[in-house]
Amino acid sequence: MARTPVLTFTENGIYCPAGDFYIDPWRPVDRALITHGHADHARSGMGSYLATHAALPVMRHRLGEIRAEGIAFGEGRRIGGAEVSFHPAGHVPGSAQIRVAVGGEVWVASGDYKLVDDGFTEPFAPVKCHHFITESTFGLPVFRWAPQRDVAAQINHWWATCAAAGKTAFLGAYALGKAQRLLSMLDPQIGPILTHGALEATNAVLRDQGLTLPATVHATAELNPKDHPGAIVVSPPSALGSKWARRFGPQESAFASGWMALRGVRRRRAGDRGFVISDHADWSGLLTAIKDTGAENIYVTHGYTDVFTRYLNENGWQAQVIPTQFEGEALESGEAT
Amino acid sequence: MKRFAALFNTIDQSTRTNVKVAALADYFSDATDADRLWTIALFSGRRPRRAVTTTRLREWAAEEADIPLWLFEDSYAIVGDLAETIALVLPPNPSSDNRSLTHWITELRGLAEVAEPQRKAFVLAAWAALGGTERFLFNKLITGGFRVGISQKLMTRALARATGMPETELAHRLMGNWHPDDTTWHALIEAADASADASRPYPFYLAYGLEDGPESLGDPDHWRAEWKWDGIRGQLILRDGDYYVWSRGEELMTDRFPELARTIDHLPPGTVLDGELLVWLPGSDTPASFNALQARIGRKTVPKKLLAEAPVVLHAYDLLEWQGEDIRHHPFATRRALLEEACADLPADAPLRLSPQIPFGSWADLATHRAAARDAQAEGLMLKRADSPYLAGRKKGDWWKWKLDPLTIDAVMIYAQSGSGRRANLFTDFTFAVWNGNDLVPFTKAYSGLTDAEFRQITAWVRKNTLERFGPVRKVTPHHVFEIAFEGIQPSPRHKSGVALRFPRMKRWRQDKPLQEANTLDDLNEMLRQYG
Ligand SMILES: [Zn+2]
Ligand SMILES: [Zn+2]
Repeated sequence: MARTPVLTFTENGIYCPAGDFYIDPWRPVDRALITHGHADHARSGMGSYLATHAALPVMRHRLGEIRAEGIAFGEGRRIGGAEVSFHPAGHVPGSAQIRVAVGGEVWVASGDYKLVDDGFTEPFAPVKCHHFITESTFGLPVFRWAPQRDVAAQINHWWATCAAAGKTAFLGAYALGKAQRLLSMLDPQIGPILTHGALEATNAVLRDQGLTLPATVHATAELNPKDHPGAIVVSPPSALGSKWARRFGPQESAFASGWMALRGVRRRRAGDRGFVISDHADWSGLLTAIKDTGAENIYVTHGYTDVFTRYLNENGWQAQVIPTQFEGEALESGEAT
Repeated sequence: MKRFAALFNTIDQSTRTNVKVAALADYFSDATDADRLWTIALFSGRRPRRAVTTTRLREWAAEEADIPLWLFEDSYAIVGDLAETIALVLPPNPSSDNRSLTHWITELRGLAEVAEPQRKAFVLAAWAALGGTERFLFNKLITGGFRVGISQKLMTRALARATGMPETELAHRLMGNWHPDDTTWHALIEAADASADASRPYPFYLAYGLEDGPESLGDPDHWRAEWKWDGIRGQLILRDGDYYVWSRGEELMTDRFPELARTIDHLPPGTVLDGELLVWLPGSDTPASFNALQARIGRKTVPKKLLAEAPVVLHAYDLLEWQGEDIRHHPFATRRALLEEACADLPADAPLRLSPQIPFGSWADLATHRAAARDAQAEGLMLKRADSPYLAGRKKGDWWKWKLDPLTIDAVMIYAQSGSGRRANLFTDFTFAVWNGNDLVPFTKAYSGLTDAEFRQITAWVRKNTLERFGPVRKVTPHHVFEIAFEGIQPSPRHKSGVALRFPRMKRWRQDKPLQEANTLDDLNEMLRQYG
């Protein structure tokens, strides 16, 4: 007897028939449960939104007036015939895996996630389930992240070298999550930390909700670069090399992303330096996460889906590829977000 | 290897020429003789004799990484570099090794003599001892191919800075057949007699493309014109009773062109010619297509039948050495006059001919000749200033290529494949089709010509419009029309469309053009009739 699956994959995104809601839908629907505030997960035009309390402020900041409700991590909620709860995904502050249970069958839609504790985001919490929906942005064995303190040491060393040579260091990173994580890794002893406006707005939202970030100076059009010798400027990748950046005079630019692990991409995208750091799980992170769920059925979206799915199937899981509609612009910003 | 890895990182990560040259010059000033000799060798495509096959390397790496071989191969396809793939799949590792570049090379050379289990043990131990860039470089020592964006020009500039010697002399010393196994830093760079090697070629002088017409070059009387052939640029060296043929890519190709041995009978020793290698059938007015030549380049030894079917003739356009004397500093007009004199008495069946000059009175006159280039099986014209010396490398000013505009056709994208290396996260390799009735017939692939922004845009589109997947290839909804530019067209029974294109690339993304207005197979056949 075939019964309706707890979650199905539709034109609009992941759908739960028992609760009549969608998870991270990419077209306007009545009821949307959102894993986190990145543009490829939280889109405008939904009738109502449900996300963690920690994810909501950034979503409101990005999407403007929305009908939204917050939920605490671990708090249970009944929606129609489904039991729903949100659990930390470790991706960016407030990001969640969404657990959906109907009649004893448990599914988890994990959104984007990483296993390493960045000292900043609520750490990833494994959730037991029967069916697990995973990303595979870096689902190849060539992606293996070094410990965060090693990357922090590289970045700070580069910044100090720039400062000693009388150059401004420009570090490009996506505005929500990655940028704040990098800020928290910087050593303020080296010099002043400046930020681009697009990023400072997000900083303000996160500081308001109680996150601790180092002191930053908003690099407005009026700011005189000469007043901030030895500075590092954290900005969106698109601002690297722009007119705004050029008025800082002699400078080096770097880009921080998991893609920087590949020499070819690094040479194409990195400016002077590329630092390998990502808010997504690496190869061993993905495998550990999947093992820890105890799930037998794995649905793979985002990234190297074909290769990763084949590997899972050869190693005892029942895995399948779920086509996704929203990878394009993720690559645009240098990393899936 | 630490010092070498630091140099490599600086060069590899910087896009600025002055940073690269400064790093190299520093290295050449203070590295050991053995290390700097090997560094020049590695950056100019020389490498230690291969002691381990790449098949074994892949197997051992997959085993060490605890992944199936197919997964290693799929990863390699995406990374695009074997040495890098191996370095990445192995468990991350801080490097704690202090042995020098030359030390590692010497150890690798010793591997040829030992049995496979010892070879494997050595490689695994090296992988465990080396981390990051050093592990990658160790693999590169085995696989070869250090592509780091260091041209011969930058290397000689850095060497000049480190040694105080003139760049031109260094450029010449670095040419030719040397290998660190049988020379030293002193012999190669510093010793008085640099002409010891009879096969040593001169650095090629390379022309820039002329963007607009030639009017900006001034008085046409100061210029000489020749056909720009669609063959292989080659340097023929006659010294000490022997002959040597070098390609522009600095590859010694003597054995591939045995017919050129007869040039020894026609010209005296101490002669070096610059010219074009072309397949040219006896009695024909024009050279055969590049395809015919391709069959020859592919063979290290040439069967008799092929030698008869596709005979190669060198068309000489410049004389660099005459009677044992380097005459590159003389004006082109003088060198050319000597060349014509030297070639005056060649028999009709000699494997050597003078590449003709094209007389012209005005630039307009020359434009008429250029328009006829396709009939002569040429790609366009070469313009050379009459008083120019023969320089080394690509220099602006005295030599220009004035190529024909490419042929173009509007085609529909039907398959997409992701790129590798530089473009591993983008779809960049596309298959294009033309209409045949209501069917789309694939006829060419192309993977260059778009901007990174356009590649990102089309990548997003491909992901949303995949109809089917065959391994790495995705069949996509026929929707986008691209203008494909190419240099030539030939019949090809191997292709479904019956044609093969030369140098196809995407010239423009025709977002303005509806699908139905792409060209047809009939259009393609008409081009084949006209230009094939
Ligand atoms: Zn995200
Ligand atoms: Zn995402």
